[in-house]
Amino acid sequence: MANTNITADTDVHAAHAHHEHDEHHDEHWLFKYIFSQDHKMIAKQFLIMGIFWAFLGGALSSLFRIQLGWPEASFSWLEPILGQWVEGGKLNPEFFLALVTMHGTIMVFFVLTAGLSGTFSNFLIPLQIGARDMASGFMNMLSFWFFFLSSIIMFVSLFLQTGPAAAGWTIYPPLSALPQAMPGSGAGMTYWLVAMALFIISQLLGGVNYITTVINLRTRGMSMTKMPLTIWAFFLTAVLGLLSFPVLFAAALLLIFDRSFGTSFYLSDIYVAGQALPNTGGSPILFQHLFWFLGHPEVYIVILPAMGLVSEVLATNARKPIFGYRAMIGSIFGIAVLSLVVWAHHMFVSGMNPFLGSVFMFLTLIIAVPSAVKVFNWLATLWRGNIVFTTAMLYAIGFVSIFISGGLTGILLGNSAVDIQLHNTYFVVAHFHLVMGSAAFFGMFCGVYHWFPKMFGRMMDEKLGYVHFWLTFLGVYLVFIPMHYVGIAGFPRRYYSFTAFETFSQFADLNMFISAAAILAFLGQFIFLFNFIYSIYRGRRASMNPWHSNTLEWTTPVNPGHGNWPGEIPAVYRWPYDYSKPGAAEDFIPQNVPFSQTESSNLPNERDFE
Amino acid sequence: MMSQALDNKLAVNLSSGNSVDRSLPFRMLTWLLIVSIIMLFAAFTSAYIVRRSEGNWQEFAFPQGLLWNTIVIVLSSVTMQLAYFAAKKDNFGALKVTLFLTFALGIVFLAGQWFVWEDLVAIKIFFGGNNANPSGSFIYVLTGVHGFHLITGLVFLLIVLVSTFNFKVHSKKMLSLELCTTYWHFLGALWVYLYVFLTIFK
Repeated sequence: MANTNITADTDVHAAHAHHEHDEHHDEHWLFKYIFSQDHKMIAKQFLIMGIFWAFLGGALSSLFRIQLGWPEASFSWLEPILGQWVEGGKLNPEFFLALVTMHGTIMVFFVLTAGLSGTFSNFLIPLQIGARDMASGFMNMLSFWFFFLSSIIMFVSLFLQTGPAAAGWTIYPPLSALPQAMPGSGAGMTYWLVAMALFIISQLLGGVNYITTVINLRTRGMSMTKMPLTIWAFFLTAVLGLLSFPVLFAAALLLIFDRSFGTSFYLSDIYVAGQALPNTGGSPILFQHLFWFLGHPEVYIVILPAMGLVSEVLATNARKPIFGYRAMIGSIFGIAVLSLVVWAHHMFVSGMNPFLGSVFMFLTLIIAVPSAVKVFNWLATLWRGNIVFTTAMLYAIGFVSIFISGGLTGILLGNSAVDIQLHNTYFVVAHFHLVMGSAAFFGMFCGVYHWFPKMFGRMMDEKLGYVHFWLTFLGVYLVFIPMHYVGIAGFPRRYYSFTAFETFSQFADLNMFISAAAILAFLGQFIFLFNFIYSIYRGRRASMNPWHSNTLEWTTPVNPGHGNWPGEIPAVYRWPYDYSKPGAAEDFIPQNVPFSQTESSNLPNERDFE
Repeated sequence: MMSQALDNKLAVNLSSGNSVDRSLPFRMLTWLLIVSIIMLFAAFTSAYIVRRSEGNWQEFAFPQGLLWNTIVIVLSSVTMQLAYFAAKKDNFGALKVTLFLTFALGIVFLAGQWFVWEDLVAIKIFFGGNNANPSGSFIYVLTGVHGFHLITGLVFLLIVLVSTFNFKVHSKKMLSLELCTTYWHFLGALWVYLYVFLTIFK
């Protein structure tokens, strides 16, 4: 049929027809798989890059966990991989710092920002709001390629002779600003800054596209309050990114000038080896303000998409409407607004005015309110639901569990008085790895298992999924619950070894235990990798709507082409959570079913729409 | 060429069958990019205020050139708006002249900023190095980053200018010119803001 070839393709062909007369009507593989402007393909590109980075980031953490768990052990067996970073069987302490830094950078930015938002915002926004593609497919493609370029530069920095950036993922100056401060602040830091500048451009190009698409390209009937919660989450995530990433860009640019052009924005009165540096008048606190103005919204940029995905999967698999739909939107909005005004809670011990500290403490603690609303609504959605335990559902429930466990310690850390004791200890590490790291990973796994059939037209293996889930779930708790204890005992972050401290010797076993659990959980991820790759080629073929879900993406063909729907885009008549509606023939009513077809289940106020 | 592609895309790419005004997404994209630039400069100027309040802040008299440049860029906004009106009336002669004038004024502005830098160097206010104070470095960063965005504006303007010579801009095909006008006015307003800001917080 002629009209199955949707119009989005036609101008691409018109542009290339002059050069490639003999070309088949299908797109050239180069444009289909590599330089694709199809949001679904770009989403898969982001996902595969994200998985690559996640394994690399996980491998780095395993390396430093080996060092922390078995400080006396010999690293000689790793010499073939690490080369000169192993000296006489010992891990180079500078390299330890580089490992920690790169683990953080990779996980926060490359996996949980680009890999999560990039994958699911791209994939689900057009499909769930009923659009042919993003507002600008070209900008969307650019967004991926800036990310790819940034990835290459960050990856290459791992192989520099002086090592990659090592000043921590927060790259506080003066440590990051002075090449003589540590080997990692030489070329490695330059690569880091260039890679992050490109990364920010990629995020902005993607973000403006997501916002525009959600506002302008919704199908007929899809009002803002009929959108699935996934879309609300992606939308406000993109808004947050748009407001905060330029600020990180400004911070990074000033740091670049300090490093390479001799300015003194962040540097003042520094002595290196007894010699005074010429820089005067700079302020390192200024960098912390600029960095955390992005840094704090960044953790919500990571967690909000996961929350959206989880809300959707929970409602679908509990076969119940999401509890408190409008409260869910309101709480996402509340979190997004508050996240922009709490940054200084990372700086309670930076010498900030204590009065300012109590203002930020107050604002920080208020975030507990919308977060608790969300948790309450998820639990209420599960309550007496007809729960289908798919792998995605297990991950969604796991997300709620981990978000609660990690969130509770946030209330402790948000208090400026308590934070003086806990600042920079493993307690903080345990807190954010649970509430933002692991929880966002759970949201991501939940999304991959749930939308895999729509991405690749095949199902992932559920049995392997269960094994993967339980290994990951137990692994996460076995790593991070003991880590809180280590933190309260006073272990500071980023220390290469604790053998020199007599007080810490009694915790050596605990550190070994954490390391063993962490490595086990990391190895468990290879089950996922196998399942993912195997299922792309050999998985059970998926049906159009395998989870009996209501949202629009499940009305597309099993393998949707560029343009998503072969014919007309379906119109939307109802909200996306009509599960188990009393009187309905089935336990789900898709969004594109008009009220006139469901007279038996319509509520009194819905009779007007029949 | 790019603006032509842009207009073509509007015609076909977004044909969801439902949207009424197909130029809306592109207007929105432009405004959102402007928001990101606003945030960038909000960060710079708030960093300026925070840093200034900490003391050790070198004060100096601004070169007179900054005022002249401000007048030039405001004038270029006027000619840009005239170009927009001319295109609406299909008055192609005036359109080409005013667009060209805008472009020329943009170049004059950039050259003027360069001379301001030279004047600053002459009074020993440096960007970096042993005698640089953040008060001077900030001026270079603000003018430099604004100048970079102005260059992107000039590239956009050049693309639109070329397409006017190819009769690709007229009263029925205003989008690329309209977006360019929006961006150019924004760059002008941004500079006026920076000028006023620097005058107040010397």
